Amino acid sequence: MISLKVDLAGVEMENPTMLASGIMGETGGSLLAMAKGGAGALVTKSIGSVPRQGHKNPTLVELEFGYMNAMGLPNPGIEAFGEEMFEASKAGIPIVGSVFGSSAEEFASLARRMQEYGAEAVELNLSCPHAKGYGMEMGIDPDVVANIIREVKKAVVVPVFAKLTPNTHRLIDVAKAAEEAGADAIVAINTLKAMRIDVDARMPVLSNRYGGLSGPAVRGVGVRCVYELYEALKIPVIGVGGIEDWRSALEYMMAGAVAVQIGSGVGRVGPQVFGDVCSGISAYMADNGFRDITQLVGVAHD
Amino acid sequence: MTERFMVTQAPVLIDSRTEEADGVVTLRFDWDAPASPGQFIMVWMPGVDEVPMSLSYLGDHKGITVKNVGEATKALTSLQVGDRIIVRGPYGRGYHVPKGKILAVGGGTGMASLLPAMERITATSVDTAIGARTEKELLFEERSKKTSSNVRVSTDDGSKGFHGNAVQLAKEMMSATKYDMVLGCGPEKMLFFLHKLCLENGIPCQMSLERYMKCGGGLCGSCAIDGKRVCREGPVFTGEELKDMKEFGRQRRDECGGRLRL
Repeated sequence: MISLKVDLAGVEMENPTMLASGIMGETGGSLLAMAKGGAGALVTKSIGSVPRQGHKNPTLVELEFGYMNAMGLPNPGIEAFGEEMFEASKAGIPIVGSVFGSSAEEFASLARRMQEYGAEAVELNLSCPHAKGYGMEMGIDPDVVANIIREVKKAVVVPVFAKLTPNTHRLIDVAKAAEEAGADAIVAINTLKAMRIDVDARMPVLSNRYGGLSGPAVRGVGVRCVYELYEALKIPVIGVGGIEDWRSALEYMMAGAVAVQIGSGVGRVGPQVFGDVCSGISAYMADNGFRDITQLVGVAHD
Repeated sequence: MTERFMVTQAPVLIDSRTEEADGVVTLRFDWDAPASPGQFIMVWMPGVDEVPMSLSYLGDHKGITVKNVGEATKALTSLQVGDRIIVRGPYGRGYHVPKGKILAVGGGTGMASLLPAMERITATSVDTAIGARTEKELLFEERSKKTSSNVRVSTDDGSKGFHGNAVQLAKEMMSATKYDMVLGCGPEKMLFFLHKLCLENGIPCQMSLERYMKCGGGLCGSCAIDGKRVCREGPVFTGEELKDMKEFGRQRRDECGGRLRL
C-alpha cells in the first residue's frame, strides 16, 4: 500500500499537493472545486482587513512558459471572508488561511480571525511583489519578518507558515529569522518580480507596470531556493513555483519540500492537476519501490 | 502532455465601425485566431482598461459589439476606423452548436454572442426571439433574418413587435413549435426565467453568463460562479449545469470578491 500522507507541521494531509494562494481561493465555491480536483489542502487568497479591488486591468500576461500577473491583492476583506471559509470547510480537507497586512499587529489580528474561521494553519504573505506597502516590501527584512512572526505566534495556536520572496539575496537570512521567531514552516517561492512591455503600445502591459512571474519559467529558481532552505533550516519547507505534473512536484520534494503548492498549474492544466500529480507520484513510487512519500523528501541532498 | 489553451495576443486595426442601435457599436478587425461561437476575448485599450467582450463575428474578419455602459465601454464605443486595440484569447467554452430545431433567445446585447452560433445552422432550423426595452435599442434584427427563417421581436414598452419581454415571447413560440434546444444570452434575470421555462417544457438549453472578470485566463477566480470559472468552464453553461448552481440568477460578486444580490 502506497501512502502519500503528509504531516505538515501538525497539519495532516492525505497527499502533499496544496492549492497555492492567489489562485481560485477567493470564494468558498472555487476552493471546493479545487478540493474536488484532488488537492490535499487549500490555501486561501490572501485576505486583508478591508475589502480591496486590486489593480486595474490588465492584470495578467500569458506567456509560453508561465504567467505574469499583478492582481494587486483583491479580496473581500476578513469580515466577509468568514462566509467563504464556512463554505470551503465542507471540502473536509485542511484550509490554510493566507493573510497580508502592513504591520505585525494587523497580521496578528487577521491570523486570529482565520483561526476562528477554522483555518488549520495560517500563511503569512510576506512576498507579494506588486502591492505597495505589503508583501515583499516587508518580507525582505529579517527583523521585520521576525517581529511579524512573533506577534502572530502570540495570537494563534495553529501552525504559522511564512511565504517568502525569491526577490532578495537574503532569502536564507529571512528564513532563519522566521524560524527563530517561531515560524512552523517556510513556503517558497512567491513570484519573481517582472515586467512585460508591449512593443505596439510601447508601454508596460500590466496596469501596475510591475508584476510577478510564475509557472514553469520560475521552477529552476524555486527548486534551488527549496534546496538551500532545506540545508539551512530545521522546520519544514513547502515548495511552490511552476509545478504542473508529477515530475516537477517530485523535483521539489527531492530538493527537500515536505509538501508542494500549485497555482499557475491550475490555469495551464486545470483543477485536476492535483489528482494528476498524485497518481503520477504513486506510479513512480510503485515502480521504484517506495511505500511512503516521506522517504523521498530531500533525497537529492548528499 | 498537459492540456493547454493556446492563447494569442495581437494588435489589431479597426477597419469598420457600425452603429447598431442606441449606444451600441460593432467594431470589426482582421485577426485569424481560431475561435468558436460563444467564445470571448480580452480587449486592451492601452492606458484605459482591458475588458472581456464576446465575439459577434468569427472567421478571419472578427468583430465585437459593445454597449456603452461604463468607462471602458465608453472608450471602446468611441474608437474609430484606423484605431488599434490589443486583443488576447479567444477564451472560454462556447455553444455546442446542436442539430435539430433551435430557438435562440437574445436580450439586450445578447444577440452578439448568439449570432455566430446561429450562422452555423441552416436558417429553417433556427427560430429567433430578440428582446429589447424599446425599439431604438433593438439589436441585430436584420442580421438575424439572414440566418433564421422565423425572427420575432419583443419590446418591454410595446414600441415594436410583441409587447412584453423575451421570455414571454419565447413561451408563446414554444407553445407553437417543438424545439430541441434553446440557446440564450442576455441579462441574467432573463436567463434565469428562460432556464425555468426550458425546465418546465423539458427542453435542453445552453446559456451564456457574465461575471465581473479580472484575468480572463482561468487563474484569479474573480469570475467564479458556484466554483466554476465563467472564463474557462463557461461562459456558456448547459441547463443541467445551471440547475445545480445556487448563485445563478441570485448572486454575483463585486470587484473585491464580495457577494452581491442580483
